[in-house]
Amino acid sequence: MLLKGNEALALAAIRYGVDAYYGYPITPQSEIMETLIAQKPWESTGMTVLQAESEVAAINMVYGTAATGRMAMTSSSGPGISLMQNGISYLCGANLPCLIVNVMRGGPGLGTISPSQADYFQATRGGGHGDYRTLVLAPSSVQEMADFVAIAFQWAFRYRNPAMILADGTIGQMMEKVTLPPFQQRLTASEVAKLHTWASTGRREGQQRNIVSSLDLDPAAMELKCLNREQRYQVAIDNDARHQAIHCDDAEILIVAFGSAARICTKTVQLARQQGIRAGLFRPITLWPFPAQALRQAAQHAQHILVVELNAGQMIDDVRLALTTQNNPTTTPNLPNTSNHPNTPTITHYGRLGGVVFTPEEILNHIKNIHTAPPTQTAPPTQTTPPTQTAPSTPPH
Amino acid sequence: MTCEILIAGFGGQGVLSMGKILAYAGIMNNKEVTWLPSYGPEQRGGTSNVTVVISDNAISSPIVDHFDVVIALNQQSLTKFESKVKPDGQLIYDTYGITTPPSRTDIRIYPIDAMQTAVKNNMQKMFNTIILGALIAVNPIVSINDVMQSLKKTLPERYHHLLPANEQALHIGFNL
Repeated sequence: MLLKGNEALALAAIRYGVDAYYGYPITPQSEIMETLIAQKPWESTGMTVLQAESEVAAINMVYGTAATGRMAMTSSSGPGISLMQNGISYLCGANLPCLIVNVMRGGPGLGTISPSQADYFQATRGGGHGDYRTLVLAPSSVQEMADFVAIAFQWAFRYRNPAMILADGTIGQMMEKVTLPPFQQRLTASEVAKLHTWASTGRREGQQRNIVSSLDLDPAAMELKCLNREQRYQVAIDNDARHQAIHCDDAEILIVAFGSAARICTKTVQLARQQGIRAGLFRPITLWPFPAQALRQAAQHAQHILVVELNAGQMIDDVRLALTTQNNPTTTPNLPNTSNHPNTPTITHYGRLGGVVFTPEEILNHIKNIHTAPPTQTAPPTQTTPPTQTAPSTPPH
Repeated sequence: MTCEILIAGFGGQGVLSMGKILAYAGIMNNKEVTWLPSYGPEQRGGTSNVTVVISDNAISSPIVDHFDVVIALNQQSLTKFESKVKPDGQLIYDTYGITTPPSRTDIRIYPIDAMQTAVKNNMQKMFNTIILGALIAVNPIVSINDVMQSLKKTLPERYHHLLPANEQALHIGFNL
């Protein structure tokens, strides 16, 4: 099938047996709800699809459905995701699973509707108040938009925590060939009650009241709850960080990019290799947990790490943390000690902002500048190239 | 082999639909495809464009800087994208309303009179199909048969009675 990323995600949600979608329209992700409404899954699988009166309402409807042990999801773009942060914090506080889809656009504020990756910090740092993280998957193809629905829900229920699919306008609006997952029945009420004993599924005789809440006024009890959450996060860090490595083994220049930027850089690497430049691409598939250990391995021969993002420099912080941290207790021990690293690589950033999308050739030209620059003249450790210094290319957007 | 194509014209002219038919035709021909629209305010008037990549292999970037083929359906698109054709690439444009024709000498330029031809044959609504026929004539990345299969797939059934006329339009475009 030839589908847009947004359409593929919506159809995959129906097929995966998701129980409810609540949302409020915003470009560039409106096709998610459009597709769901057009498919009328309430007539086939029994899935609820509801246009809420606002994003705030939508995320709180997700909370309600999640508290009953059901699979609930919402989707929006940056401005709407910001409105949802309070609800997301409450979902984390109450240990509730759900799927939140953010199809990013240029910002801040209402910004533009063009593709951007400027919500990386918001997605990976939590975004709302309190000590929490969301599990973040970054698709770079229409197929992954479909496939990540299942993974996100599996992780959300495994870790009892919201999971996020962080896409952007390019991945949401683009059409590609896609194979949709097979149909799966929604769980029955008794299956949910049996599987998810934490959920409020109706009080039966002899049962205690089951209150799903993020509130506990006893600091000692609250600390235990928070520590329990941190333990679950540690399991996720140890087991579920995912990445894709392209030509990393002998890469002198290692590009680190996610989502649509990684797609663009895949071509940059192909072009660079054709011209004899040993470039490679490391793509974090999970942005949180960040695949730090895999990145350390991929960067072993790199002289230069170029972090390429459609933002002013956000993931570069995680790249720097991964490549400079020693004995970080939150990562796996026995890492290559970066102080003994034969070449401590230079880490720089290349970004376009506000909905402008770079092209493969634009990144290639930037790489060539790095490649030909003698070591003494390399850029300072971190440098976001301002648009005025880049080639005045006009992508077709 | 990979072919990177840009189609640009007025919003509402059917630029995105043409791209979709072309992408589907690629699938009918067992190719990998990506279709990336300009989804901004353009689609509510002004110029609109779509990038279609058709390839034998997995497609890396759906975002392309320079194209093997540019199809420009108005003056603004022609002016904007003439420089975006790869050297020795192909530029197809509809001559209707063009005041400044392209001037590059390192690309292959195909002016076609699709608008007038459409009017002459009473096929105004198949203007796009005529253009697709012209594309196939200069770059057989897909065949007329692939496009017909694609139309069967993309057109709602209530319009299937228009398929023979579309096939005719493809041939008219092919022979322009």
